[in-house]
Amino acid sequence: MAQPLLEVKDLKVHFETEDGLVQAVDGISYSVDRGQALGIVGESGSGKSVSSMTVMGLTRAGNAKISGSITFDGKDLLNANASEMRNVRGSEIAMIFQDPLSSLHPFYKIGDQLIEAHRSHNDVSKAKARDRAVEMLGLVGIPDPRRRIDGYPHEFSGGMRQRVMIAMALINDPKLLIADEPTTALDVTVQAQILTLIQKLQSELDTAVVMITHDLGVVAEVTEEIAVMYAGRIVEYGKVDTIFSAPEHPYTWGLLKSIPRLDTPRDQELVPIYGRPPSLINKPSGCSFHPRCPYVREAHKKVDPGLEPTGSADAGHKVACLLPGETRRSLWAALRAGETPDAAIEEVPIPETTLSPSAEGHTGEEVTGP
Amino acid sequence: MAAYIFRRLLWTVVLLLVITAVIFLIFYVLPSGDPAKLRAGRTPSPETIAAIREQLGLDRSLPAQYWDYIKNLVWHFDFGTSYTNNQSVKSLVFDRLPNTIFLVLGAAVIWFVSGVVIGIVSATRRGTLWDRVLMGGALIAISAPVYWLGLVSLYLFSDDIGVWHVFPGAGSYQDAHGFLAKAHTLILPWLVLAAAFAAIYARLLRSNLLETMSEDYIRTARSKGLSERRVVLRLGVRSAITPVVTVLGLDIGILMGGAILTETVFNIDGVGRLAFDAIQRGDLSTIQGTTLVLAFAVAMMSLLVDILYAFLDPRVRY
Repeated sequence: MAQPLLEVKDLKVHFETEDGLVQAVDGISYSVDRGQALGIVGESGSGKSVSSMTVMGLTRAGNAKISGSITFDGKDLLNANASEMRNVRGSEIAMIFQDPLSSLHPFYKIGDQLIEAHRSHNDVSKAKARDRAVEMLGLVGIPDPRRRIDGYPHEFSGGMRQRVMIAMALINDPKLLIADEPTTALDVTVQAQILTLIQKLQSELDTAVVMITHDLGVVAEVTEEIAVMYAGRIVEYGKVDTIFSAPEHPYTWGLLKSIPRLDTPRDQELVPIYGRPPSLINKPSGCSFHPRCPYVREAHKKVDPGLEPTGSADAGHKVACLLPGETRRSLWAALRAGETPDAAIEEVPIPETTLSPSAEGHTGEEVTGP
Repeated sequence: MAAYIFRRLLWTVVLLLVITAVIFLIFYVLPSGDPAKLRAGRTPSPETIAAIREQLGLDRSLPAQYWDYIKNLVWHFDFGTSYTNNQSVKSLVFDRLPNTIFLVLGAAVIWFVSGVVIGIVSATRRGTLWDRVLMGGALIAISAPVYWLGLVSLYLFSDDIGVWHVFPGAGSYQDAHGFLAKAHTLILPWLVLAAAFAAIYARLLRSNLLETMSEDYIRTARSKGLSERRVVLRLGVRSAITPVVTVLGLDIGILMGGAILTETVFNIDGVGRLAFDAIQRGDLSTIQGTTLVLAFAVAMMSLLVDILYAFLDPRVRY
């Protein structure tokens, strides 16, 4: 098999602060093939943005400690120097951000900002760069680009600005586009337009996409695979269909059950995930999710689960959960049928300890039931 | 835009009228000595004083005096005559204005450029020794009173009484002829006047720039692969400098009314010293004249700044 376009291996990003070590990203691995789309899903503070900023080489804080490896198109990005990194940024990997309202410089015409992006990587004349900018603006669906190119950002709506951001990101034909919550700040109707646009451009230009979001609905639209992040780790990984139809991590269940859906009965209540995201300084012992997990057992507070294949039809499907596979599948079946977590527990017996050997190996301590 | 400027100019006229009235009132309400008595010399007879009163028009009612003043000002652009030496206030003020303008504009260039450069260096090297030394120096420059700094600099560097004879000393400005010679004598006053302003501007720019550098559009610029130099100088400073330009305009306007301390220490015959002497002598017309220049300068500079702002920030439209 060919080498993946982007390969992140055991990436850790820790920040030393006065309060302690913030383990923002704590050993994540994923890969993206050319033209493929990966979704990274998680709530705020799960490390999803930090990990992608690190891929861009934009984790600038002096107190950041980064380890692991990031390989992009055969290049080692973690050990690249500043100018090598600059050649990759905006040219081979481009990024769009959450808030298009503040992501464009308010004092410069959008045309100038696009031209600047193009000319900083290509030795072309201003006129040529301008033609390219007009072409890109047309491609992302800005009406009358020849006139609008001389507009200032404040003269564009939020959705239009995000289109401008996408045009700017794609102006140098990058191999990878990282989209960090690209639709969060937009109206719902505009969200759909932007997602459709990203999807369309991805297939037309054969750009790989990493879509970072807290919204499972967004990744379902655009990506083929999903990594669910929690507390700086990937807790579940699989194809979109697998994640939606046969998720195996209680956190993923929580995410899915908290989305309002049209096809569920109107009187069925949404189930929130109780509690708050954990502190990244004092992470919970054992499984990081255990303080919020309805299915927690004593042993889960001691053993840190590794990301293991589930053995389902989706060969790439992996989960980091200490519940036995059988139990997980029964629980999800109950939940999917519309039962609350409490009812599901009544129905499905949860054994106290069943640990995969590798999970035990992870902490090196032996755990026995009471 | 034209309508806006016209409206602002109209308001400026109203403002100046109000200011003249307020100064008139303050002058009569607060006893600063009877100008007629001050002028009459030692042990004057009551008749002399009365005669002077009549001559200066001081015997008439307050509104009548004010009306006369305004009439002359508006119809003849006449600022009245000084109570102390019968000279036309207009010529007193406008003889000195070029000196003040020269002093202030030269200093403004120095403080703006050095303030901006120091601010950029400090912000981009935040927390380093550079930053601490520069910001520490800025604090000293802000804390040092201008007259003290002026006297110390004369003591150290003036070519008459100085420890090192480097720059022309106090009073040399009056004797110098020609642009370059005058500029040479102003080096020390420029530096002294600019010191505190440069420090304030450096701190202002530093904090603005630090704030700007955490903006989303700076992150965007970095993600485009621009060099850090370009990100800071073209995109960061562009935003951070805009409020500083506003302050610069107003500071220059205010100093047009005279950099009193600097002018006094270095014996430069500017508007500030004229105002200072006029206040001491209870010379109402001259006080009015200098204040009007100050108010007009501030009003014009703030108008200029507002117009400039529309060019600096495309979101601003009038």
